[in-house]
Amino acid sequence: MTVDELKTVSVAKSVDARGTACPGPLLEAKKAIGAIKGGDVMEVLSSDEGTKQDIPKWCSKQGHEYLGFVEENGYFKVYMKKK
Amino acid sequence: MQDLEAQIAELQSQIETLQEKVSDLENTNRDQLSIAIVSGDMDKILAAMIISLAAAAMDTKVKLFFSFWALSALRDPKKTAQGKDFISKMFGFMLPKGKNKLGLSKMNMAGMGPQMMKHIMKKKNVMSLDEMFKQAAELDIDIIVCEMSMDLMGFKKEEIIDYPHLSYGGAATFAVDAGQSGAQWFI
Repeated sequence: MTVDELKTVSVAKSVDARGTACPGPLLEAKKAIGAIKGGDVMEVLSSDEGTKQDIPKWCSKQGHEYLGFVEENGYFKVYMKKK
Repeated sequence: MQDLEAQIAELQSQIETLQEKVSDLENTNRDQLSIAIVSGDMDKILAAMIISLAAAAMDTKVKLFFSFWALSALRDPKKTAQGKDFISKMFGFMLPKGKNKLGLSKMNMAGMGPQMMKHIMKKKNVMSLDEMFKQAAELDIDIIVCEMSMDLMGFKKEEIIDYPHLSYGGAATFAVDAGQSGAQWFI
């Protein structure tokens, strides 16, 4: 998805993992995705640069659809759709 | 007609052979990570725990085999054990008592290094080893403690940390676990 599409996507759950470094955001994502339904979109807020590479890999392993990320001021949002 | 029956029997036996091979393969290449952790250095235990947590977050089964110097990380500073002989007492005295007392493999600087490392980890929001073990327990990461090392260094089970998925085993336990794992490492 493009950045503009991601900015308007409706999010079922938002996880703020900005206070934690690798592998914290991954652990928070794993915990949070259990609470949403298949097909729902989740966003993870992170300031850990590795998250941009790790979340897509995590998604492909777990079968979730990685949608992309949006750069914010000092952090970024990563989007994924639960399988 | 007899020819056909012979061919079917031949095919059946081939299928059975294939099924055996597939089940062998399934048992040798599981979504599992086995790590033999031998080092008792803080940095190496940290690396092992971080990778383990990331793997467990992807539902990979993680089995950590703690052996030799790594046993220091599993000592509970609040616990003591009675009835040790002289050499066991010396080991107990000389080795770090718990994961928060481990030294660094480089830049240890008589214990100043680990303090600086902990400070900078906190500043950069990296989990502490205590927190990592807590997360590991939640993610069902298994810890297997090497019985032989325990005996060699004179550590007793009553001075080992409380961890929900902790068990004791020998080298064969690791060899079998590692044989079934898609990835097996040594730290």
